[in-house]
Amino acid sequence: MKLRSWVLIFIACNLLTFSTISAFRLSRSQPTERISGSAGDVLDDNPVGRLKVFVYELPSKYNKKILQKDPRCLTHMFAAEIYMQRFLLSSPVRTLNPEEADWFYVPVYTTCDLTPNGLPLPFKSPRMMRSAIQLIASNWPYWNRTEGADHFFVVPHDFGACFHYQEEKAIGRGILPLLQRATLVQTFGQRNHVCLKQGSITVPPYAPPQKMQSHLIPGKTPRSIFVYFRGLFYDVGNDPEGGYYARGARAAVWENFKDNPLFDISTEHPTTYYEDMQRAIFCLCPLGWAPWSPRLVEAVIFGCIPVIIADDIVLPFADAIPWEDIGVFVDEKDVPYLDTILTSIPPEVILRKQRLLANPSMKQAMLFPQPAQPGDAFHQVLNGLARKLPHDRSVYLRPGEKLLNWTAGPVADLKPW
Amino acid sequence: MKLLSAFRSSYLNRRGTTFRSLDPSSFDGGFIPKPSPSSIFWLAIHCLCCLISLILGFRFSHLVLFFLFSTSVTNLYTTTAGVSQLLKLKPLEKANVTAKSSRVVVGRHGIRIRPWPHPNPVEVMRAHQLLERVQKEQKSLYGVRSPRAVIAVTPTYVRTFQALHLTGVMHSLMLVPYDVVWIVVEAGGKSNETASFVGKSRLKTIHVGFDQKMPNTWEDRRRVESKMRIQGLRIVREEKLDGVVMFADDSNMHSMEFFDEIQNVKWFGAVSVGILAHSGNAEEMVMSMDKRREMEEEESSSLSSLPVQGPACNATDKLIGWHVFNTLPYAGKSAVYIDDVAAVLPQKLEWCGFVLNSRILWDEAESKPEWVKEFGLLNENEGVESPLSLLNDPSMVEPLGSCGRQVLLWWLRVEARADSKFPPGWIIDPPLDITVAAKRTPWPDVPPEPPTKKKDQMSLSQGNTVVTIPKQHQQQQQQQQQRASKVRKPKRRSKRSKHEAKPTDTTTQVSSSTKHHQERN
Repeated sequence: MKLRSWVLIFIACNLLTFSTISAFRLSRSQPTERISGSAGDVLDDNPVGRLKVFVYELPSKYNKKILQKDPRCLTHMFAAEIYMQRFLLSSPVRTLNPEEADWFYVPVYTTCDLTPNGLPLPFKSPRMMRSAIQLIASNWPYWNRTEGADHFFVVPHDFGACFHYQEEKAIGRGILPLLQRATLVQTFGQRNHVCLKQGSITVPPYAPPQKMQSHLIPGKTPRSIFVYFRGLFYDVGNDPEGGYYARGARAAVWENFKDNPLFDISTEHPTTYYEDMQRAIFCLCPLGWAPWSPRLVEAVIFGCIPVIIADDIVLPFADAIPWEDIGVFVDEKDVPYLDTILTSIPPEVILRKQRLLANPSMKQAMLFPQPAQPGDAFHQVLNGLARKLPHDRSVYLRPGEKLLNWTAGPVADLKPW
Repeated sequence: MKLLSAFRSSYLNRRGTTFRSLDPSSFDGGFIPKPSPSSIFWLAIHCLCCLISLILGFRFSHLVLFFLFSTSVTNLYTTTAGVSQLLKLKPLEKANVTAKSSRVVVGRHGIRIRPWPHPNPVEVMRAHQLLERVQKEQKSLYGVRSPRAVIAVTPTYVRTFQALHLTGVMHSLMLVPYDVVWIVVEAGGKSNETASFVGKSRLKTIHVGFDQKMPNTWEDRRRVESKMRIQGLRIVREEKLDGVVMFADDSNMHSMEFFDEIQNVKWFGAVSVGILAHSGNAEEMVMSMDKRREMEEEESSSLSSLPVQGPACNATDKLIGWHVFNTLPYAGKSAVYIDDVAAVLPQKLEWCGFVLNSRILWDEAESKPEWVKEFGLLNENEGVESPLSLLNDPSMVEPLGSCGRQVLLWWLRVEARADSKFPPGWIIDPPLDITVAAKRTPWPDVPPEPPTKKKDQMSLSQGNTVVTIPKQHQQQQQQQQQRASKVRKPKRRSKRSKHEAKPTDTTTQVSSSTKHHQERN
């Protein structure tokens, strides 16, 4: 008994020393901090060698032709689906032999049908997706082998694979029945929500890396803005009375803090938006029509602590990035007390969060650079996929077994695309 | 307060839990061994897995744990999937159903506004303290690692504008975030005037007198100032002061970035100085500007027209020469005597644009570079025009301020008329009693009115009306009566005559009001 306790103590001491050593790693310019153990180090995993991905060769009407019709798809916040395909085509994890592949990727651009304003219309997306799946199911045996359980799709739209921009309608539609078994890579994430299925990988929305890099200011510029936000508070076009948009949270922010000197909030579109974020300590990231927003990515890149006001939101790569330690979470019902909450955070906590944000692997994980760099969002997606390997025995169906209902869903979706 | 403590505790609680919200029974690193057996068991498992990973070099432990928990996790999600099925069927009754699994309800929400939606001053103060703390941290990260003391050498002498100049320098030095030693060398010996400034500054100061009196021409003044600066450097050498020596001429203006930038100097540095060649005569200035423009058209920018003096660099940021202020437009029209109404021109290279490491001046040749002359052997009688004569090799000067692109301080020379007098210590003692006539006032003189009747009315009304003008008017009227006897008509200073003008209106107003009162009474 004594010996056991001594062994335990010895092991505990070793663990202590190892963890404290890895807790701080001083870099050249700024001491950054890594969460030791499973969380922070996972960002640096290299997926090459841990999985193999086979990319289906779909006719170009599913991807290239759509992009040719509207090149704006390359720069809007849903561009992740396009860059994902480009990355996978030239990545070392790609295999041309589908028999040895662990995961199968279907490159279909469902979010590239844009209005003149640049917003994507999701009405044809279910049909497009269905048509793509029918194609791969009939030309390759791998879909029917698992009914899609080892396939993954990128659906970066507002509510993921529910394919609608209005939340009520999206919930009404639910996730496309054909995608029930597949892994979805999406930007939308909210706990206990229809449009987030178990096993999905949440990714950040696309933010142009070059544009953000070009607006960097020297690190010694003092951070003199306490809270910063630029964006709509009331969506006058779609929700004139208020209360629907952002569940009333953005309007609450405006009404409570419009005359507070600590809150630099307005609806302007300044050209110095990125520079101002680098001069602020806190950047508000409230929900809009959907809980996610590119503001989170921008806040992380510019070292501004994100204040996330979205109940039950699931943030990108939540199993690899310790968001609780990095950002500040405020319930929507606590928005009127936001100033009390933020000013009562102890300074050591703020400094620690800033050190965590300064970690370059943190910033890299939020970006989709071209060409891909180690540790970026593409690699985090692959890491996430690798962590789900090996596939459970149950994904492989017995011959003749059918789990998917090909005729489920609204009648309009069943029409050919 | 309750809310505050609740927030703080909930916030700290959130910090304590791990990011894996799926895993409620996970430990926080296992470093705080609790007495319960289950936690010890988990600690043991964790230790075992870590050891195995150390041996195998592969993150074995997490896969095991993941598979252990994945079964429980799937159970969780199937229940929520069941709920979502219900949601699909009955979208209208979401509120009741989602209350069990999710607290987020779709639909119209109220806009929450707290009862008094305005900033709380205590919180604003706290926010400012947080900002200060963050900025301090930033400074320590990006600023200078080990800041050195700033040694400012200022030659000065007592004259009218000294208070103006020294106040500026004093305030600039007081704002410097590093240690400052202020060496003030005063021509004509130490005086109380300068001593008062030096004492007010609350800095470490060395105030010495210099035997010569300051001469009356700019040429000579420059020479004496150079000698005084050398004296200051001698003090640095004798006292073995350690830091960065800069020359803070008393009429210059320094930016705060200047002090941050000079911390980067290794041995001998140069910064760009903005030259403000001020002339008292505006027309002269315009003429010199026109002349300069003419010259620019003639020559192809061989002479720089910028009012800047400082190091010049090539594309690879190496020092190749010096920018010198273009004095040709002022040829023949520059000031000779200190109080001339003409442009005061700087010499080729002003002292204030150079900074040096105080160790250059020390005796022992510790790690002094060979291109520095020995300060102790300096022969003053040869004339030390610029600090470059302290060096054997002027090309080793370090250009500061992104290679001279930033102008970090401004050179200005402005002095009062030769016959100007100022009260010693700027304290008016005894109080002024001579009023000098202000010629050419735009308003006519008001003849003093006989105040007898109205005075009684005034005293009555003073209790009722809260108008102070009648009192003043009363005073002025009394004074006017006193002065009426004097031969010279009392044209008061502009301030007083303004008041004089007003009462003409107010008297009527007051009298009407008093009449009003009387009527009421």
